[in-house]
Amino acid sequence: MLAYYLRLGLRSLRRNPVLTVLMVLAIGVGVAASMTTFAVFRAVSANPLPDKSSRLFVPQIDPWGPQARIDGSDIPDALTYTDAMALMRDRKGARQTAIYPINHTLIPDDVSREPFHVDGYAAYADFFPMFEAPFVYGSGWDHAQDDAHAAVVVISSQLNQQVFGGANSVGRSLRLDDHDYRIVGVMADWNPRPRFYDVNNDDGFSDPPDFILPFTHAVDTHTDTSGNDLCRGTTGRDPGWDGWLRSGCAWVSFWVELPDSTAVQAYRGYLQGYVAEQNRAGRFHWPAKTALFDLTQWLQQEKVVPPATRMSLLLSLGFFLVCLVNTVGLLLAKFMRRAGEIGVRRALGASRREIWLQFLAEAAMVGVAGGVAGLLFTGIGMLSIGLVFDPDIARLAHMSVSLMGLTLLCALVATVAAAFYPTWRAAHVQPAWQLKSN
Amino acid sequence: MQIGPVLAALRHHKAGTLLIAAQIALTLAIVCNALFIVQARLARLSQPSGIDEASLLVIGNEWAGKPNADQMASLTAADLDTLRRVPGVANVYATNAYPLGNGGNVMGVGHSPEKLKYVTSAATYYSDENTLSTLGLKLVEGRNFRADEIGLLDGKGYMRPAVIIITRALAMQMFPHESAIGKPVYISASPSMVIGVVDRLRTPWVDNSMAKWADCSTLVPYRQLTPITHYVVRVQPGQLDEVRQHVRAALYAANRMRVISPKDGVRSFAQVREEAYRDDRGMAILMSGISVVLLLVTGAGIVGLSSFWVGQRRKQIGVRRALGATQHDILSYFLTENLLIAVAGVVMGGVLAIGLNLWLMKQFEMDRLGAGYVLAGVAALLLLGQAAVLAPALRASRVSPVEATRSV
Repeated sequence: MLAYYLRLGLRSLRRNPVLTVLMVLAIGVGVAASMTTFAVFRAVSANPLPDKSSRLFVPQIDPWGPQARIDGSDIPDALTYTDAMALMRDRKGARQTAIYPINHTLIPDDVSREPFHVDGYAAYADFFPMFEAPFVYGSGWDHAQDDAHAAVVVISSQLNQQVFGGANSVGRSLRLDDHDYRIVGVMADWNPRPRFYDVNNDDGFSDPPDFILPFTHAVDTHTDTSGNDLCRGTTGRDPGWDGWLRSGCAWVSFWVELPDSTAVQAYRGYLQGYVAEQNRAGRFHWPAKTALFDLTQWLQQEKVVPPATRMSLLLSLGFFLVCLVNTVGLLLAKFMRRAGEIGVRRALGASRREIWLQFLAEAAMVGVAGGVAGLLFTGIGMLSIGLVFDPDIARLAHMSVSLMGLTLLCALVATVAAAFYPTWRAAHVQPAWQLKSN
Repeated sequence: MQIGPVLAALRHHKAGTLLIAAQIALTLAIVCNALFIVQARLARLSQPSGIDEASLLVIGNEWAGKPNADQMASLTAADLDTLRRVPGVANVYATNAYPLGNGGNVMGVGHSPEKLKYVTSAATYYSDENTLSTLGLKLVEGRNFRADEIGLLDGKGYMRPAVIIITRALAMQMFPHESAIGKPVYISASPSMVIGVVDRLRTPWVDNSMAKWADCSTLVPYRQLTPITHYVVRVQPGQLDEVRQHVRAALYAANRMRVISPKDGVRSFAQVREEAYRDDRGMAILMSGISVVLLLVTGAGIVGLSSFWVGQRRKQIGVRRALGATQHDILSYFLTENLLIAVAGVVMGGVLAIGLNLWLMKQFEMDRLGAGYVLAGVAALLLLGQAAVLAPALRASRVSPVEATRSV
């Protein structure tokens, strides 16, 4: 019977090709706009480390006191060097690392080649196991090398390709500005999106770091941060590098791994205790706020999903809604036009259920066609999102199998849902009236 | 045109009528807000930076091998010399930041050394005696820096400028009733005397969150000795492309221990502006696109449903024609019918548009939707409705009276 209904539907759709094309295009455009903006939204709101995000935390300590928050601003989203070093010393988490973004120029051994710019991070040994960084060659460094302020470096596979042609470069040396570093590991392609451990400095979607080297060594070589240096609440400082380290400027990111809720409670208590101790020592003269965010909370706190992305998704969904209302109207017109035909079928013994089936089958065909049109338009949308979104973000969205499936499914479900009211009307046509008026 | 019969007929098409009205309402709500967003983004795009953008190039330079502060001082001085000798270069200076460059320093500017009691935030541009003429800034009061006032500041040095040049917007905030010249302002622990006021100079950022002080900038007499510096180059008229092509090679010929990105190390100000406002332009494109397609879909929907109604009523139209109604009567019947539905739709839509705007304001720090947008949207949708119904209505008016006598 279904095959017969589909044939009937096709015949009906062919009878008003303009109306049919109109419905299919409206559904296609609506679903494509929603899917394109959804693909971008999905990419920027993804959990970068799903199996571990609930165990990774960012502690915050207010180094400036309530008087720095008079204009409604929050406590700084980084730690001062002093606080970060205290947390590193106490090692109260299962793993922890202070991090700051740095850049260098890489000076090739071959003097005929020009130096080039490389971006990276200064971090502690725990960085690699804690964030599950994958390696192709070698590994990260160990705590002893942190303590020794060792001149070692982990490089990205991309930099390894560029400098060493992709060969195993562990043990070889790399010159960054005025220092030589021994390579201990080459990471596999690794760039969590958003790059959660640096969203307080970066939009979270830029190119992966070229290198990571020990924090302790970077501070020894007076390597400045390439990220934010927040000094708003500080009251002046001594000049020079040491003056900056001792100052109230906040510029160090800090991550700690806490395996369970007991550990989280304990860490909260530890932070409170630390602040109380600073109060006693006379460093803070206020009841300083502390906070502990887990990874997903941190991404929200840092507003990693750009408002423009959310706004365009919402408006696209509104657009899709209008397209659906449009479809309801057109299907209603189309179905009711055949009131006579329905009357005849009903008079000849077709049940309401069969009328339902017949018209929903016709709507489903429109839905499938709309979905195919939607796929085409989504493809066009994907090619042109570079015009609309930041290139860093636009390149994250691509046509995946799941997105294609979702496009078809959305179009089909939405169209069938839109057909419910028109079909209900069709099923309730009074056969007697129709037969009489003719 | 009598409205009674139209309303009576509409009562028989409740669902269709409601659907068209709802579609018009939703379209109005979305299009009003989308166009409002477009307008807001375009307004930001057209804000002046205050500098002579057409004749400026910026070069991002990074010293390789970490020279010390003294070396960087002489390397930078040598670079400025090299740049001046490039044919077509009119003037040049070295700085930490430039307008729309999306990077730089923010300082609180206040009347006392107490840092937390500042009047406003402001951008800090490191400058020398060539800055005003390079950027083409208009000095409205006071004087420029002298060469002997320019200090050197190493990476983590603490800035305490003795003299400072500020923008008119900043001067108005600091000294609303008097001239700022000769007065002290505090951006550090010690006072800086205002020696000049420039007409306008934007900050490096275009974010909404910093829009309040977008024209509050300060020029401080320093050359910053950090590995990364920017050279702002003013070129002679018509020489922009010529200079842009040769300037990187000229600097590398003088000294290779540096990095100037081959991709975007040398940018014209047109490029700087384009990159700064890329998100705003993208949003404007997306919102206008959605609005246009939405209006098309709604228009097409009206055509479709009206055509159906005309088809359904051919017999009645025939009867009316046979009873003496003119073609014009039939035409105006359908136009009136559409107008009534559209009016109901835009009334609902106006309320929806304002509601949507209030919600967006809460979610996205948007401004209040002006009544003008809603009125313009109402007019546009009423016109769209009339235009969409015109073809089906004309077809209806051409229905022959003979149809009345035919059954089916």
